[in-house]
Amino acid sequence: MNPNYLDFEQPIAELQAKIEELRLVGDDTAELNISEEISRLEGKSRALTESIFSDLSAWQVSQLARHPQRPYTLDYIEYIFDEFDEIHGDRHFADDQAIVGGTARLDGKPVMVIGHQKGRGVRERQKRNFGMPRPEGYRKALRMMEMAERFKMPILTFIDTPGAYPGIDAEERGQSEAIAFNLAKMSQFKTPIISTVIGEGGSGGALAIGVCDELMMMSYSTYSVISPEGCASILWKSADRAADAAKAMGITSERLHELGLVDQVINEPLGGAHRDPALTAANLKRHLLGVLDNLNELSTEDLLERRYKRLMAYGFGGEE
Amino acid sequence: MSNWLEKIVPSLVRSEKKRSNIPEGLWKKCPKCESVLYRPELEKNLNVCPKCDHHMRLHARRRLELFLDADNRQEIAGDIEPVDRLKFRDSKKYKDRLVAAQKATGEKDALIAMRGELEGMPVIAVAFEFSFMGGSMGAVVGERFVRAANIALKENIPFICFSASGGARMQEALFSLFQMAKTSAILEKLRLQGTPYLSVLTDPVYGGVSASLAMLGDLNIAEPKALMGFAGPRVIEQTVREKLPEGFQRSEFLLEHGQVDMIINRSEMRSGLSRILRKFVHASPIPVPETVEGEIVVDADIPPASAND
Repeated sequence: MNPNYLDFEQPIAELQAKIEELRLVGDDTAELNISEEISRLEGKSRALTESIFSDLSAWQVSQLARHPQRPYTLDYIEYIFDEFDEIHGDRHFADDQAIVGGTARLDGKPVMVIGHQKGRGVRERQKRNFGMPRPEGYRKALRMMEMAERFKMPILTFIDTPGAYPGIDAEERGQSEAIAFNLAKMSQFKTPIISTVIGEGGSGGALAIGVCDELMMMSYSTYSVISPEGCASILWKSADRAADAAKAMGITSERLHELGLVDQVINEPLGGAHRDPALTAANLKRHLLGVLDNLNELSTEDLLERRYKRLMAYGFGGEE
Repeated sequence: MSNWLEKIVPSLVRSEKKRSNIPEGLWKKCPKCESVLYRPELEKNLNVCPKCDHHMRLHARRRLELFLDADNRQEIAGDIEPVDRLKFRDSKKYKDRLVAAQKATGEKDALIAMRGELEGMPVIAVAFEFSFMGGSMGAVVGERFVRAANIALKENIPFICFSASGGARMQEALFSLFQMAKTSAILEKLRLQGTPYLSVLTDPVYGGVSASLAMLGDLNIAEPKALMGFAGPRVIEQTVREKLPEGFQRSEFLLEHGQVDMIINRSEMRSGLSRILRKFVHASPIPVPETVEGEIVVDADIPPASAND
C-alpha cells in the first residue's frame, strides 16, 4: 500500500497513514463522522501534496526521476502501443537488456520503439544492469533504428538511464565508439525521431538514443551532462553537495525548457507519474501523436535539414 | 555512476597545475623516467623525453604549429568567446574560472582551429588545449570545431583533430552535452561526402569528447601510451570493485581491442598523417629523400618542416 514516499513527502505519508487507520476503524464501527473525517484529511493531503509539489527543488525532482515506482519504458509501451514485438541483440556480441525495443503500432501506425529499461526488484535490476547499457545495447539500438529507416517507421525513443555502464568490458568493447557512432548516424536517419526523457537523462548514455527532431521531457524527469553526485564530488569535492550541483546544472524539465534545449514538457499527475501511470501514459501518447503528425508533414529533405539545423544551433549558431 | 569525468578530471588538472607551478627554468624532470632534461632540447624533441620516449603534453597552439607547414596558417573562429549561460557557480563562479584559465593559457577556450597546409596539402586542423579547464568541451569548443569542419566540408579538404580532454564541461551542463551531438553531426556530413577526417587521440581523452568526435575518425590514431576511454579509471574501479588490468585504457590497450587503428610517434605525426591523407585525396606521394652512393639527395620542392621553427 505504501508507494514508497520520498523524504520530502513524509508529511504526506503520515497523513495517508492516518487516513488508512481511520478507514480500518470506520470499517469496524461504522460511525458517521469517520467518513467525514477521512474526506477532510484527504482534502488536506491533496492540499499538502499540491503545496509541496508546487515548489520542488532540482534535487527533489531528481529523486522523483529516480523513483523506484516510476513507470519505465516497458510500462509506457504497454500503455501506449499495440502489437509490440521485441527485437533482441546486436548481432555481434549479446543482447543488452538495459535497452529494450522493437516494432509496435501507435494508433494503428507502425513505429519503432526504443528505450532504456531499469529493473524493479533485485533480480530484474541486475538483469537490466540498472538501466546502464554496454556498447552492445547501443549497437542493438542502432540496428533497430536502421531497420526503422529501411521500413519507413518513425523512431520513438524513451530515455531513462543513470548513464552508460562504466565497466572494464564496456571499455574493451568500445563504449565511446558505440555512443559516438549512434550520435553521428542519428543525425541522418531518413525518418522522424522523437525522444522523450521519462526518468533520468544521464549524460552520453542518454544522448546515444536521444538525437532527435523533437525532444520532450516528462515534468519530473531530469537531463544532465553528469549526475548531481558526480558533479558535486568533482566541483565541490563532496557528493553530499548533490543538491547544489543539481540546482547549478539546471537539470529539470522546466529549466531546460526555459533554456530552449527541450521542446516540450509533458505534465505528470500530482505527486508524479507513479501516482497514476495510466493517465501519464495517455498524456504522453497524445503528445507523441501530435508531434508525429507535424513531423510527418515534412519531406524527408526538410526533416533532415531541420534536424541538422537544430543540432548546429546548440550553443552558438554553427554558421560560418 | 554515470559520470565520465568523475575523479579523472580533477586529478589530471591538479597534476597539470602542479607541473606548471614549477618555475620556468631551463630544466624539466620527465614525469615518467625522472631524467632531468634540458628544456630547449626537450622542446626541440617535440616535448618527447629523449631518454624514455614519454610523450608529454603539448599546448594546442604549439601542436598545430608543429603539425602544419610554417607558411599559410590562419586561425579559424578565434573570436568566439565563452558565455556563462547558466550563471554557474560551485565553490567558484564559472566566470572566474574562465578568466583564470584564459589568463593561465592565453587562450579564450579549450580548442584552437587552424587552416593550413600539411607538406603542401591544404588541410583544416584543430587541437584541444588541455590546460584550459581540462580541455573540456563547452559551446565554444563545439562551435569552433563545427566552423572548422564546415570549411573542410565546403572545400573538400582533410580535417584533422588532436584531442586531449577530460570530457564535457560541467559548468555548461546540457549545452556541453549537446556539443557531442553537434560535432558528431558534422562529422557524419564529412563522411557522407567522402572528406577525410583523422582523429588523433593524445593523452588524455575521456567522456563526452571520447564518446563523440574523438572516436569518429575515418582513422582513429593515438600517440603512444596516451590514456583514453569513456569512464575514468577510478569510476570504473569503484563500480566493478576489482583491480584494473595492466595498461588498461592506454593507446596500446585500445589498439589491441580494435578501438584505434594505429599508434604514431609524435616525431612521425606530420609525415605519417600526410602519407595517409595523400592516399585518401589521391595526391602523389611526397618523394622520400633517397640515399645515393652515401649522399643524401633532398628534393628542393619539399616544404621545410616547421618543427624546428
